[in-house]
Amino acid sequence: MNYLQFLSMTPEISLLGVFVMIFLFDLVATGRYRRIFHGIVCLLLIAHTYICITSGEEQTLFGGMYYNNPMISFVKALLTFGTLLVILQAHRWLRGSYTYYKQGEFYVLMLSTLIGMYFMMSARHFLLLFIGIELASLPLACLVAFDKYRHNSAEAGIKYILSSMFSSAIMLFGISYLYGITGTLYFDDMPTILTGTPIHIFSLVMFFVGLGFKISLVPFHLWTADSYQGAPTVVTAYLSVISKGAAVFTLFVVLTKVFSNMVPQWQTLLYILTVASITIANLFAIKQHNIKRFMAFSSISQAGYIMLAVIAGNAKGMTAMVFYILVYIVANLAVFGVIESIEQQTRHGVRRETINGFYSTNPRLALLMTLALFSLAGIPPFAGFFSKFFVFMSAFDAGFWVLVFIALINTVISLYYYLLIVKAMFITPNEHPVQKIKCDLYTRLSLVICFAGIVLLGICSIVYINIDKLAF
Amino acid sequence: MQFCIFILILPLLSFLILGLCGSKMPHKLAGTIGTVSLSVVTILAYTVAVIYFGGGRGDEGTFPTLIPYDYTWLPFAGTLSIDMGILLDPISVMMLIVISTVSLMVHIYSLGYMKGERGFQRYYAFLSLFTFSMLGLVVATNIFQMYLFWELVGVSSYLLIGFYYTSPKAIAASKKAFIVTRFADLFFLIGILIYGYYTKTFSFSVNETMLMAASSMLPLSLGLMFVGGAGKSAMFPLHIWLPDAMEGPTPVSALIHAATMVVAGVYLVARLFPLFIGYAPDVLHIIAYVGAFTALYAAVVACVQTDIKRVLAFSTISQIAFMMVALGVCTSSNPHDGGLGYMASMFHLFTHAMFKGLLFLGAGAIIHAVHSNEKSNMGGLRKYMPITHITFLIACLAIAGIPPFSGFFSKDEILAACYNFSTTMGVFMSIIAAITAFYMFRLYNLIFWGKSHYEEELAAYNAREREEKPHKPHEAPFVMTLPLIILAVISSIAGFIPFGEFISSNGESYSIHLQPAVAIASITLAVASIAIATIMYRKGDSKITIYINTHLKGFIKAAYNRFYIDELWLFITKKIIFNGISRPIAWFDRNVIDGSLDKIASMTQKLSNHVRPMQSGNIQSYNIWFLSGALLLILILIYLA
Repeated sequence: MNYLQFLSMTPEISLLGVFVMIFLFDLVATGRYRRIFHGIVCLLLIAHTYICITSGEEQTLFGGMYYNNPMISFVKALLTFGTLLVILQAHRWLRGSYTYYKQGEFYVLMLSTLIGMYFMMSARHFLLLFIGIELASLPLACLVAFDKYRHNSAEAGIKYILSSMFSSAIMLFGISYLYGITGTLYFDDMPTILTGTPIHIFSLVMFFVGLGFKISLVPFHLWTADSYQGAPTVVTAYLSVISKGAAVFTLFVVLTKVFSNMVPQWQTLLYILTVASITIANLFAIKQHNIKRFMAFSSISQAGYIMLAVIAGNAKGMTAMVFYILVYIVANLAVFGVIESIEQQTRHGVRRETINGFYSTNPRLALLMTLALFSLAGIPPFAGFFSKFFVFMSAFDAGFWVLVFIALINTVISLYYYLLIVKAMFITPNEHPVQKIKCDLYTRLSLVICFAGIVLLGICSIVYINIDKLAF
Repeated sequence: MQFCIFILILPLLSFLILGLCGSKMPHKLAGTIGTVSLSVVTILAYTVAVIYFGGGRGDEGTFPTLIPYDYTWLPFAGTLSIDMGILLDPISVMMLIVISTVSLMVHIYSLGYMKGERGFQRYYAFLSLFTFSMLGLVVATNIFQMYLFWELVGVSSYLLIGFYYTSPKAIAASKKAFIVTRFADLFFLIGILIYGYYTKTFSFSVNETMLMAASSMLPLSLGLMFVGGAGKSAMFPLHIWLPDAMEGPTPVSALIHAATMVVAGVYLVARLFPLFIGYAPDVLHIIAYVGAFTALYAAVVACVQTDIKRVLAFSTISQIAFMMVALGVCTSSNPHDGGLGYMASMFHLFTHAMFKGLLFLGAGAIIHAVHSNEKSNMGGLRKYMPITHITFLIACLAIAGIPPFSGFFSKDEILAACYNFSTTMGVFMSIIAAITAFYMFRLYNLIFWGKSHYEEELAAYNAREREEKPHKPHEAPFVMTLPLIILAVISSIAGFIPFGEFISSNGESYSIHLQPAVAIASITLAVASIAIATIMYRKGDSKITIYINTHLKGFIKAAYNRFYIDELWLFITKKIIFNGISRPIAWFDRNVIDGSLDKIASMTQKLSNHVRPMQSGNIQSYNIWFLSGALLLILILIYLA
């Protein structure tokens, strides 16, 4: 075996480099050097993102276990960029007295999940895929329980790890069936054998469950609300966009590569889950008063919308999906950035009543939040409209009219509950609104980036066109 | 024609300037920036019109369709692409004039009306945004661009209706308007998707072969697009948002809910008219019937409203329905043979924008003077507000269809088109026209004649029955009366514009000729209605009024409550969706899913571990759902799919 092959995995090796550097810095740095720790991490990640984007040549390594191409590199860079935004927002929280001493752990854990996601997306072999998924899940459980002295956070961590283990077990069960049926674990060898008999369907669904858990599709979503609510807000943000984005991309790859002869079966599967996810999550979201819980249901329904792109299963669907993930990252992180700022100010969980009258004290944050929610609801000319339009268009082209119609009706319902938040911020009077928040520089930077993304991503068609060029 | 891009750029710039640095500006400067930029836009719009119509007709006897800007914004799979551009043809140029004129009047008027309001700069920023999006809508080169601006219009109207964001009513209204129109737009979007999918383009001009290939799907697609138009244009039963939207500032009502946004649906149908006529004439006739019903419904409801802005709102719904009917009764694209309605509709759109804008601005002046929307606080105002009185009267005469005011000519063409379609439709619409004259003069008499509310209160004050001295109504300041006068002049003379020379269904010149039978009948009906309204309402409540009120109590009450349509909608959304679906699911989640499994878990806990009562045990239930969900999916896939 040629060990030099390892060096060809540029994104992974580069991220590993960043990982090691941060780890060492955490060990040796003391005193005033620690103060620039956060800045250094951000700079390293920026450099890494750059390497990721430029390392785009197509290559197959380890006898076909690992595969990388410009599109996958782009998505990796995209997720890293999202992680960077999350880390930017975490600054103030990390400086808190409970978290200050384990700042390094936070970065290291987060980056190891990211490496896991890289492997998930590049895997062309079920073993590597499974390792990737586990590598992405286990450190996340630590992150969810990061505020371990806070009861909620510990409970959320336990819930997350138990659910995650459960879903992994089922997925492994599915994979073992696949192995039993086909006698191989390589993606490329499987499609000819998997033709859609009941046992094939059984293994498809069992495998699907593992990713369905990470994407939090109904009925695999039950952990979401509890874990989102309990986890530290930055971790929730990470869970809701990055982890989900990687899983969606992986799902797309597996369905189109491995189950390419079972298209009607998995399309039906996705059809059911999409309708269930969007509708049920929307109906639940209306009733939520805790904002993080609310965002959990919102993210479940957004996951349903992304499935519209996956269901198309072609190049157009892939473009629509990646663009959706990109837009979803900026919009959702804008919302979580604002929530995090409020939490740091008030030191309490944010409820809908908390932000009553938020506009009167923090007009800019309120405006950003409004734009982000408009974008999530899919109102033109914000980016969210375009991402929704593209996924609808791709599902429509694939012939799923009724599905598109159901999804569209749900956008109106979602508008209703997103407007509830807007109403709370702008209209509902409050004698003690949240005080004027002074964001730190890092958070401010991330919010500005999110704002620019929400406003510009849709209008600047160049982004979409370039993603389209990469799609296979 | 390259300069026409500035018609879009200027309002956008003014929005950005006012939006970004408006809060630090003095009110006067903000108002001036908005008004001046709009004046320039108006001048440009008129220049475009003069050059365009002055340029003469092409060889085929029609005005050419110019596309000075066309930019492929997003190439999308194969031949399908999303373009952005500017399209000039007779109707878009006419709309440029309508929008810029009314918007300029509203800008000037608001200088007085909104004086001293908190958020004055924000108001002007939103006005600019609205004007920008409306102008972008009418010059769209393709259906997708139109949809984008269409939604942007919705957003800016949401912001403007909710301008008084401290008033809960205004907020509820803005939300209602936003969600109802969004609901309608979802059909619009599906229509666009179908259209794009089958014709392989979003453009309005599609080549014949593509259209033939798509002809089986076009009626569906056009019908869905019309639903979107019906939402914006407040056609029954999607009209429910418009009366509530009157909570916004009155000049906004004049701009959005009288002259511009609400006619977007009419404009959409007119824009797609060649497709409708060629491939979906049945859909067009459905539009006519929907319009006719809406016209009647809104006219009846308008007769009993007491809030003057609501009367005008229902009157708007009714008049827009007239335009829809006119489009719907077209049977061919030849104006001499069944295509008259197209011209009539556009003509009425033009005249209606002017006189309805005038009515709203006049109502604003009145509300400004008496600080109330209710007719009971008015009466006898003609002495105190002479200019408002005269201009309001002109607008009433115009809408009632009395020559030589503009409404007469356009409404007459609509009625003629209806009679060409079928006598029943003609008679039906004539009756509604008569009702229109009735409720407008009811309104006019109640406001300007009858017992003066102020004098009664003054008498009460003098007789020491009242503590405070009543507020004396006064004429509005010059910046407010000037737009009234300008619009009144336009409303008086616009009827003499040879409209058919500019716009007709197939683009060829068509000279308007009155049909004496229709004209005489409608004038007679209008005069009779005005006479009845005057007898009934001039001196306050006459015997006839009391008689009618007592004998038709139930009907009047139902009409006053708008035949309970809002309640029906509320019932559907609140009762069925929230209570019927959402709440039971939430309950199910809490009590059945959580509850039952919680109980199992908690029983286990009680037996085994009393120390950790915090452990909810939910995880087990989650995993049960998880697994049973997966198994259920497998069963469905194997046995059902």
